[in-house]
Amino acid sequence: MARAVSTRTKIGFSIAAWLIALLIFFPILYTIITSIKTEAEAIAGFDLIPSVTFENYVEVQTQRDYFKPFMNSVIVSVGSTLLGCLVAIPAAWSMAFAPTKRTKDILMWMLSTKMMPAAAVLVPIYLLFRDSGLLDSRIGLTVMLMLINLPIMVWMLYTYFREIPVEILEAARMDGASLWNEIVYVLTPMAVPGIASTALLNIILAWNEAFWTIRLTTTDAAPLTAFIASFSSPQGLFWAKLSAASTLAIAPILIMGWFSQRQLVRGLTFGAVK
Amino acid sequence: MATRQTRTLARSMMAPSVILLLAWMIVPLAMTLWFSFLNYNLLNPANVSFAGLFNYQYFYTDPAFFQSIWNTLLLVGGVLLITVIGGVALALLLDQPIFGQGIVRILMISPFFVMPPVAALVWKNMIMHPGYGVLADIARWLGVQPIDWFAQYPLVSIIIIVAWQWLPFATLILLTALQSLDAEQKEAAEMDGAGFVSRFIYLVVPHLARAITVVILIQTIFLLGVYAEILVTTNGGPGYASTNLPFLIYRTALLGYDVGGASAGGVIAIVLANIVAIFLMRAVGKNLDR
Repeated sequence: MARAVSTRTKIGFSIAAWLIALLIFFPILYTIITSIKTEAEAIAGFDLIPSVTFENYVEVQTQRDYFKPFMNSVIVSVGSTLLGCLVAIPAAWSMAFAPTKRTKDILMWMLSTKMMPAAAVLVPIYLLFRDSGLLDSRIGLTVMLMLINLPIMVWMLYTYFREIPVEILEAARMDGASLWNEIVYVLTPMAVPGIASTALLNIILAWNEAFWTIRLTTTDAAPLTAFIASFSSPQGLFWAKLSAASTLAIAPILIMGWFSQRQLVRGLTFGAVK
Repeated sequence: MATRQTRTLARSMMAPSVILLLAWMIVPLAMTLWFSFLNYNLLNPANVSFAGLFNYQYFYTDPAFFQSIWNTLLLVGGVLLITVIGGVALALLLDQPIFGQGIVRILMISPFFVMPPVAALVWKNMIMHPGYGVLADIARWLGVQPIDWFAQYPLVSIIIIVAWQWLPFATLILLTALQSLDAEQKEAAEMDGAGFVSRFIYLVVPHLARAITVVILIQTIFLLGVYAEILVTTNGGPGYASTNLPFLIYRTALLGYDVGGASAGGVIAIVLANIVAIFLMRAVGKNLDR
């Protein structure tokens, strides 16, 4: 493994990598910087050192009631994840531990439902939501997000559960453990890390979903995606405030994402790349 | 080993997921198909009649339809080209010894976690704005006329924004695949005198082939549905210059109130997506057996 690398080569690669990384990160960095500028500074041209002010954050809350869409995002993404876990865990569990001839077909079919383009079923979903009074309701949106992410959840949980060695189960059975004991004392502790990563990825996906969240809500249930999108038609210049709202909207997910890089690769490639 | 009892248990544990997804698949699909044969306008809901293939014909003769399909393909193809080539390059770079590798990685993957409306608005207002954007500042500093990105190159601008969002995803997956390349193989190739280029062509590319396939197919699924980025930047314009198929469907349905027409567009979008899906299912399915 130990290949001798000259310090000079390492410095060369490092400079290149850091330059590109900063270039890619720049739009995010600039948003954060703009969020602590005054509105006049925000449009005054390129400037990396603002007069640090947190006025924009205060005004986003007082003028636009930022807390409401933020809480909607939290409720909808966490809610859809919990609901999804409730449905997906038993399914993935039985597929991993009691597979039949059809298990693989069922998994493939579940994945295929993910291929349906959202816009293609916009009309029927919109009409169904309208007629059942679910438009602009948190419960409707929660169920919707749960459904669109369910295939990914089942798949991801399945790939995690499959790695739990069956021998341990057999050993427990030999020692006379009942099915209930087996689940509570043997399987659950081994399954928790996989469930946690799946839930984390699902919260990220639900938080950033930007088709149904925008189209199925107006005011009451609008999460951050819809809230930010409503800034698209500018009335006067308010980039500093928009930046403050944007920073708050992406910060929690950015931090969660940094911690879940590996799980992300696994989850989004359905276990094909580990 | 499986007794009848465990089989029944397994089946009932699977039932909620299967039933939910079955309903989620069949109900909207059947409704879309049914609506696509109707004259159905939301402004005149009392007057619904059977239209036969009229909606398809209408969509087919609408110049916006072909432009939107072409735009969809350009958007998907353009972003794939940038992200796959850029992703391979960045993954190779990140695989080298670098000071502060962890931080570099975190900076590079960050755009993927930015929600689409934020990404699009940041680029629209602060980077690409012809008056106040950073690119305009640079252009003026160079003494060049700043480009009005969204008016002059609407689709290209959207491709750039979407590529910025997906480049981290491609990089991350390709890097993960690259790191599973056997170090001994690399060393052996080096000892045999293989240069960087031949190592890249004969060792790295074949090793990355599967990961690249996965990146292309998964991105295609998401890229076929790009919506929010268009909504908050160009709103599909000027004219139909940056309207893709999902956006045209949205426009027909919720701005034109034409349920039948939008449903016909939806059926076409489903057919398009399915062609892609067949390839993806094969690639992933093969992998299940390993």
